[in-house]
Amino acid sequence: MMTNKPALLDISKQDARLSLAYIYVAFAAFLIGIIAGVVQGLQRAGLIHLPGGISYYQVLTAHGVLLALVFTTFFIFAFLYAGNSKTLGSLSATARKVAWWGFAVLTLGTVLAFVMILMDEATVLYTFYAPLQAHPLFYIGLALFVIGTWIAGGVLIAHYFKWKKAHKGEITPLFGFMTVATLLLWTIATLGVAATVLLQFIPWSLGISEGINILLSRTLFWYFGHPLVYFWVMPAYMAWYVVIPKLIGGRLFSDGLARLAFVLFLLFSIPVGFHHQLMETGISPYWKYIQVILTFAVVIPSLLTAFSIFATFELAGRKKGAKGILGWYKKLPWGDVRFLAPFIGMLLFIPAGAGGIINASNQMNAVVHNTLWVVGHFHLTVGATVALTFFGMSYWLLPALTGRTLTPFINRLGIVQSILWTVGMFLMTGPMHLLGLLGAPRRTAFTTYQDHPTALEWFEGIFVNQVTMSIGGMLLFVAGILLIFNIIYLIFLAPKGKTPFPIGEPALDTGQTPPLLENWKLWVGLAALLILFAYTIPLLDMIQHAPPGSPPYQPW
Amino acid sequence: MRLHRYEKYWLYFGVGALVLFLATLGVSAFAMGFSPPGHGDVLDPTKVEETPPFDEPGLVQVDENTYVANIVAMTFGYTPNELEVPVGSTVIFRVTSKDVVHSFSIPKTNVNIMVTPGYVGEAKHTFTEPGSYLVLCNEYCGTGHHFMQMTIEVSEP
Repeated sequence: MMTNKPALLDISKQDARLSLAYIYVAFAAFLIGIIAGVVQGLQRAGLIHLPGGISYYQVLTAHGVLLALVFTTFFIFAFLYAGNSKTLGSLSATARKVAWWGFAVLTLGTVLAFVMILMDEATVLYTFYAPLQAHPLFYIGLALFVIGTWIAGGVLIAHYFKWKKAHKGEITPLFGFMTVATLLLWTIATLGVAATVLLQFIPWSLGISEGINILLSRTLFWYFGHPLVYFWVMPAYMAWYVVIPKLIGGRLFSDGLARLAFVLFLLFSIPVGFHHQLMETGISPYWKYIQVILTFAVVIPSLLTAFSIFATFELAGRKKGAKGILGWYKKLPWGDVRFLAPFIGMLLFIPAGAGGIINASNQMNAVVHNTLWVVGHFHLTVGATVALTFFGMSYWLLPALTGRTLTPFINRLGIVQSILWTVGMFLMTGPMHLLGLLGAPRRTAFTTYQDHPTALEWFEGIFVNQVTMSIGGMLLFVAGILLIFNIIYLIFLAPKGKTPFPIGEPALDTGQTPPLLENWKLWVGLAALLILFAYTIPLLDMIQHAPPGSPPYQPW
Repeated sequence: MRLHRYEKYWLYFGVGALVLFLATLGVSAFAMGFSPPGHGDVLDPTKVEETPPFDEPGLVQVDENTYVANIVAMTFGYTPNELEVPVGSTVIFRVTSKDVVHSFSIPKTNVNIMVTPGYVGEAKHTFTEPGSYLVLCNEYCGTGHHFMQMTIEVSEP
């Protein structure tokens, strides 16, 4: 028999153990990922040479896969499992068993793909564009990864609908609602990457099919690749909407608006992949423009979120007696890393979003496409906004899962870590954006292009310099190591005690939320219609008018 | 569900900006012709060297100031690897790949073509300043990706 210590844990011990398993993999991936990150950053600036035949591109593949795919996905599932156990109740024994199977498949896929990268059998970067061909086991690893997430996500969706059925006529808890929106988005989006991996890459890498339709594979990848970004952002938003109101002693501004924002993300973040392919031949400008319109529609839920979150801050400040137009900001808990880290993330989302609008603009994309600008953009969105929010979450999620408490000392270290990360991001992404405007390419090892003046310029500025970028990367690495120290302390060494999983009180207007917002059949149906509208004709076109397929290449 | 008055203003502002942005993009794409590349010619990516005009890549003069440059991209370079045009020339670049995906990108210009095997990517640029222009590949194509380059020499008449 397991000894339950309900006094120390806010959720059932078995569910906490599942969440913690995800946390271990997430931070193992984070540690290796940031080592790969700093190494490739130093190489690119020409500060080090990689020893023993390790290639820049192999290290870069590991960095991208481990941080963008593995760290994020595992951390998100840790958060979702713990949060739903708290708000909807513990998983049933059967559900938990299936959930562990999901974890096992997901982890097996991750390990397979990672081993192939380590063996230099999959130096194809995390976008794995055909006709670069990795080892079949890399693609099989990716397929298992996706299937694992379907199992893990399916358990949570079923858990939500079980609650809904048992509480007919009641509005579902906001955390569960947002979980389902996020996981539906993920499931619909991963159909694209699953299709290209299972139907194109695996048969082709096993030699069953001879040629591959490159444009189709890229299109299916980006059908997945953009909503992937929202799969990272939406859990961060969940923390902003549901957790932060509790941490600042306030209450969410509006329940209905929060749900509406998530429904709009589900609708408008999938049929938009062409904005990653604006510079490609074979897709008509008309369909590109249609998808650019749909891309920009995401502005609406983003603005809704900005309004709701800052209104929540203001209400919390006023409740504590703040006066004047801006007096409320003094009442916010600036000395609490659990608030400060995600708050910095929110602020950095403003330039990140502005950069995104530039990327998705038909014409301006020609200037920035595949330059360092883009790398700067997604390090601000995922590496700053999402990562800082996840860091802030770690400082309560880990103690909540281990029955320990956040000490003032670790809180202070956490603040140092967050500020260091922010300064590092500024020094790295600032030069990245500006070097991108000068045409410096992304995903490229150290080179001066035979000392061509255009390329030498990238090493001459004080701020606009690949070396400055690398210094930013080193600060990020130090901040990342500090985070790992804090994480280890919180899991194994911090004083025992009960840390609650912070869930904000329902907003005052929760009773007025239109039941229509909970009509999932309607939203999934609308999402499907938008996808069919945006993709059917161009997809048929690229199949019917395809050039002969490409044979495989392994030029690494 | 009630929208706060300020929230309404905020959304009017957001949606208004959105419409303005999209209208600007749409007008410049479809009325002024600054459109991203669309449909292009297709060819067999394994038979590039036998397919005109890529069997004889290089510069073709169309009229006094206009040239077509047919270029083949491959790991890790371009054929030809140097072009020379007089200042004031307009060059239509037509690029294809004989192996993996590459790009044909000229920093500080709007020429940034994704070169997908099997397709011909196209872009046009008028060189108004003399000098040596670097062309580079900004899509990862293998170990030698960072060596993939060519130059365009734009000379004084």
